[in-house]
Amino acid sequence: MAYQNIFTQVQLRGPAEEGVHVADSEPRYKYYTFNYWAGILGNAQIGPVYLGLSGLLSLVFGGLAITIIGLNFAASVDWNPLAFMREFFWLTLDPPGPEYGFSPFVPLAEGGWYIMTGFFLTASVLLWFVRSYRRARELGMGTHVAWAFASAIWLFLVLGFIRPLLMGSWAEAVPYGIFSHLEWTNNFSLIYGNLFYNPFHMWSIFFLYGSALLFAMHGATILAVGRLGGDREIEQIIDRGTASERAGLFWRWTMGFNATMESIHRWAWWFAVLTTLTGGIGILLTGTVVNNWFLWASENGIAPPL
Amino acid sequence: MALLSFERKYRVRGGTLIGGDLFDFWVGPFYVGFFGVTTLFFTALGTGLIFFAASLGDTWNFWLIDIQPPDLSYGLALAPMREGGLWQIITICATGAFVSWALREVEICRKLGMGYHVPIAFSFAILAFATLNIFRPLLLGAWGEGFPYGIMSHLDWVSNLGYSFVNWHYNPVHMIAVTFFFTNCLALGLHGALVLSATNPGRGQEVKTPDHEDTFFRDFISYSIGPLGIHRLGLFLAISAAFFSAVSVIIAGPWIQSWVAWWDWWRVLPIWS
Repeated sequence: MAYQNIFTQVQLRGPAEEGVHVADSEPRYKYYTFNYWAGILGNAQIGPVYLGLSGLLSLVFGGLAITIIGLNFAASVDWNPLAFMREFFWLTLDPPGPEYGFSPFVPLAEGGWYIMTGFFLTASVLLWFVRSYRRARELGMGTHVAWAFASAIWLFLVLGFIRPLLMGSWAEAVPYGIFSHLEWTNNFSLIYGNLFYNPFHMWSIFFLYGSALLFAMHGATILAVGRLGGDREIEQIIDRGTASERAGLFWRWTMGFNATMESIHRWAWWFAVLTTLTGGIGILLTGTVVNNWFLWASENGIAPPL
Repeated sequence: MALLSFERKYRVRGGTLIGGDLFDFWVGPFYVGFFGVTTLFFTALGTGLIFFAASLGDTWNFWLIDIQPPDLSYGLALAPMREGGLWQIITICATGAFVSWALREVEICRKLGMGYHVPIAFSFAILAFATLNIFRPLLLGAWGEGFPYGIMSHLDWVSNLGYSFVNWHYNPVHMIAVTFFFTNCLALGLHGALVLSATNPGRGQEVKTPDHEDTFFRDFISYSIGPLGIHRLGLFLAISAAFFSAVSVIIAGPWIQSWVAWWDWWRVLPIWS
């Protein structure tokens, strides 16, 4: 069998790449290390990193949120480390009960910690968005990463803030905990008449599975023409070479249609973005506009008439 | 359909696995080959049977058409056509079409001098399908354990399967599979976005380089896996999502009855009990 591009077999070590120079910017934190195992799959070089104000604040707020969650977990097992480990998957930081409505002023132990965590986590995530946007601009690149991230933030905000706001109750929000957030998901579907009948949930799953299909197809295609330099995508987008031609013809001959080296990345971007975009819409409509998805589907000819 | 401007020089003979030159030709943009013929056979027969089975049902509502597997009482036997036999033949046709498609991809790979990554990746999707409708029914001793062919009916099947094991979210392999699906989606979004952001920097600006891509990701999260590595990572994530999905289903029933109770072992580990 001919050569198959699976792992990097010979790793080169030279001076670390410092990255493209950016004028008018805080300096990068210049630490470098080379990891053999990372080098087998992709680049061996780890670092440098750019911190910047938005990055620093994002990490601080994110750290605060995780610390509050961890301390609440620890308090719930009476600060016993062994119990913390044993019960870890079951531990949870719950939102305030329905009696508090959507009030921002809730006693800490009754859900106040939860609201504070949500605030810090949201601040962290939004600052990370700012970071991704600004760094792309400073490097003279488009802001596609930031807007894709915004789609994920949309779903996050719907679950933890917008829908609880519309329902007028913090109790609607998703708890912080391994099993507790899975229980929330399970109950959410049961309460609202089976989420499988929610058309936006269908779309979201379609795009989620479609994302797996697309990345399998795209990743595999590029690796299959790796021998011909198929991984040099930007170059191939501008000046099509034999790798692009064969990659395109493979799909044309297989299914009668092919993307181009550039358009496949538009397909990729849209599938990923639409997963959380449609998912967020589906969650937002649940309980606010539609109370029972099975009944909704039944009335609209998607489920058997009652 | 017209050839692409560069296509003619790639349309050479050879690379077939079986049949020599017999089916070594194209129809429009499609390559045929021996496995193109078998794909067409299984697809035409299978789709025809789906329409026939649908005509025996009581609705033509696209969402509600439902072709059920045989009753559990038939075990692993062949069932009468109208009582699940059609489902059995459709399952055979589907498997035959999927495998033919994969082998046709192998032939196209050979023709174009490409690696076999695509058909190997596709084989994991076939594995997932076969796990649900062939291997697991075999282990449980009844074709009735398979999922029905219908838009809403297969969703009902998934829903019921989850609750018949108390709470599917507690299935640790399902957790792994979902994590792979989500991570795959994240990585796909980031990869697509990164390439587009380098090649679409805004009106009047010069297209950026792979150095910019690496720089952005090192600045952003201190690591850039690189233009080759991201495709290995993406392929790995996508294949793993399919593989662990298949595993999460096949262990439910033959080996596990309740996913909530499954976690009992954790609390009685000798470290803390």
